Amino acid sequence: MAEPALVEAQELGRDFEVSRPWLERKLGRLPRQWLRAVDDVSFRIERGRTLALVGESGCGKSTVARLMVGLHEPTRGRVRFGGIDLSQAAPAEMLGIRRRMQMVFQDPYASVNPRWRVRDIVAEPLRAHGLINERGALRDRVAELLTQVGLASRDGDKFPHEFSGGQRQRISIARALASDPEFLVCDEPTSALDVSVQAQVLNLLQDLQAQLGLTCLFISHNLAVVEYVASEVGVMYLGRLVELGPVGAVLARPAHPYARMLLDALPDLDMTGRPRTPVAGEVPNPLEPPAGCAFHPRCPQADARCRVERPLLKAIDSGVLVACHAMEEGRLAPGAATPGRATDRIPS
Amino acid sequence: MTRLAAFLDSDLAWSFRHSPVTVVAAIVAVVSIVGAIGAPLFAPHDPFDLAKLDLLDAFAPPAWFDQGKAMFLLGTDDQGRDVFSTILYGTRISLAVGVASVVLSMVLGTGLGLLAGYVGGVLDAIIMRVADVQLSFPAILIALLINGLARIAWPDAAHAGIAFWVIVLSIGLSGWVQYARTVRGSTLVEARKEYVQAARVIGRHPLAIMFRHVLPNVTGPVLVIATIHLATAITTEATLSFLGVGMPPTTPSLGTLIRIGNDFLFSGEWWITVFPGVALVTLVLSVNLLGDWLRDALNPRLR
Repeated sequence: MAEPALVEAQELGRDFEVSRPWLERKLGRLPRQWLRAVDDVSFRIERGRTLALVGESGCGKSTVARLMVGLHEPTRGRVRFGGIDLSQAAPAEMLGIRRRMQMVFQDPYASVNPRWRVRDIVAEPLRAHGLINERGALRDRVAELLTQVGLASRDGDKFPHEFSGGQRQRISIARALASDPEFLVCDEPTSALDVSVQAQVLNLLQDLQAQLGLTCLFISHNLAVVEYVASEVGVMYLGRLVELGPVGAVLARPAHPYARMLLDALPDLDMTGRPRTPVAGEVPNPLEPPAGCAFHPRCPQADARCRVERPLLKAIDSGVLVACHAMEEGRLAPGAATPGRATDRIPS
Repeated sequence: MTRLAAFLDSDLAWSFRHSPVTVVAAIVAVVSIVGAIGAPLFAPHDPFDLAKLDLLDAFAPPAWFDQGKAMFLLGTDDQGRDVFSTILYGTRISLAVGVASVVLSMVLGTGLGLLAGYVGGVLDAIIMRVADVQLSFPAILIALLINGLARIAWPDAAHAGIAFWVIVLSIGLSGWVQYARTVRGSTLVEARKEYVQAARVIGRHPLAIMFRHVLPNVTGPVLVIATIHLATAITTEATLSFLGVGMPPTTPSLGTLIRIGNDFLFSGEWWITVFPGVALVTLVLSVNLLGDWLRDALNPRLR
């Protein structure tokens, strides 16, 4: 490989302690409890590409996003940014890396400080990294950023409560872009917005990505959005990647039974009146994940091997990586093209 | 001017105008505070200028009594000091002690609360256990303890000079817990919000996040506590002074005045203790009413 991937997750894992308080634990003779939020997740994002992570609530996709920007320390594995291991980086080096990666959050009502003027919110990365110190230049740059995300430059004087959710998300994006980052993590940036506004924000993100050559990690549970923005997609289930590949291949011919289930569950006009496979069963308790393949209690293809042995990601013919014994053994045929693709419902 | 107009148009100003009790309390408080700050201007006599005191004026009843003298509106005490003037000066000292100790409590409590809430872990546990232990003692007991220690550490002669700061320290240190608990709670809520995480992603120093991001969002309740605490602090100071461990008689606070007058209560000179008492009650009551109003006005659930 000529150029190393800009961002790389290597066997990334993160546990959260969810034990009872110490005294209660000692009195009740309870063990410490750990929640394995993310386990053995590896992927790489080439410069200028967008990887989307999809999955149900609680599957660990947001935790991966936080691990990638260093909001959480990984319990296992490494995050590499431009070849540098984040956990090994010296504080000064880390500050330089911080300038190069930014994040857009889910909740536009919580992600901007309600007591700050928009101007100061957008200028914060510039001030924190000492990129622009001169007042007039700072003002100009903030005005430029606000225009870039479709706001007026005079909006800088206002407070966040004077804006709608979509506009606040634009402020958030302007702040993320202020320090000229190379890598942008978007943690469900549109899921809290109205459908009509979602499209606007998505288009804005796409335009900016093309303009600035950004590399993105995009977290979503909306497959239509994923198909629209991503070049690669990873499907997560209970903290693990079960399928990873180019977005066209994965969404057109999903291989893993869970990915098929997710895509089957998408409502669409062609399917009206026809029977469909609902997403059966519930996500197991992540505190006691099932042995073997975590998906086996819900999987129609599960056999004895699936209940004991954990499947690893292996490439199938189309070049997609799939973690499934049934696929590997040929018990399950490679997915057929699903009629009524997610594309049909892309907001435009 | 637009800022003033915006303020007059705000919910806070509206709820103020529509609460007559609060308006009256505010007027009383403002009169007391202005009178106290401008004591040297408003007081008809200087009760601390020994050269101007005349023992022949001692024990004069208020002016509207037969033996009263027109120049001593509320009568005089045992040393011929004008009671009205001593009240003005006493209120000044009481307010100064109150404000200084509230500021001390507030700074200490807010800082420790922010640290405990934002840093968490062992530091949080230590700060909050200290707070719990202190909370199990009455504030006045802690103030007495600190006061006693200061009295042992400094000789009596030096003590008069530092009495003010000893009391401020006593009351200030006994009151930080409430601030710390409130601020810690709000900080826990705020620190989880995404704007704080955004600041972490940007790479801001934890102290910058604490003071520039979190602090402005947790100050609302602190303001309310501070107002109510001011009334408590003034009462605590009065209690300490009444017990004789507070401000010395040479620079009397309202509490000291009440104690001095108390000696003469049963010999008929009631005005020496009653008027400072009335002044104290009025001041504390008005500040308390203002605090209650502020608490309700800033509580979104009561709007």
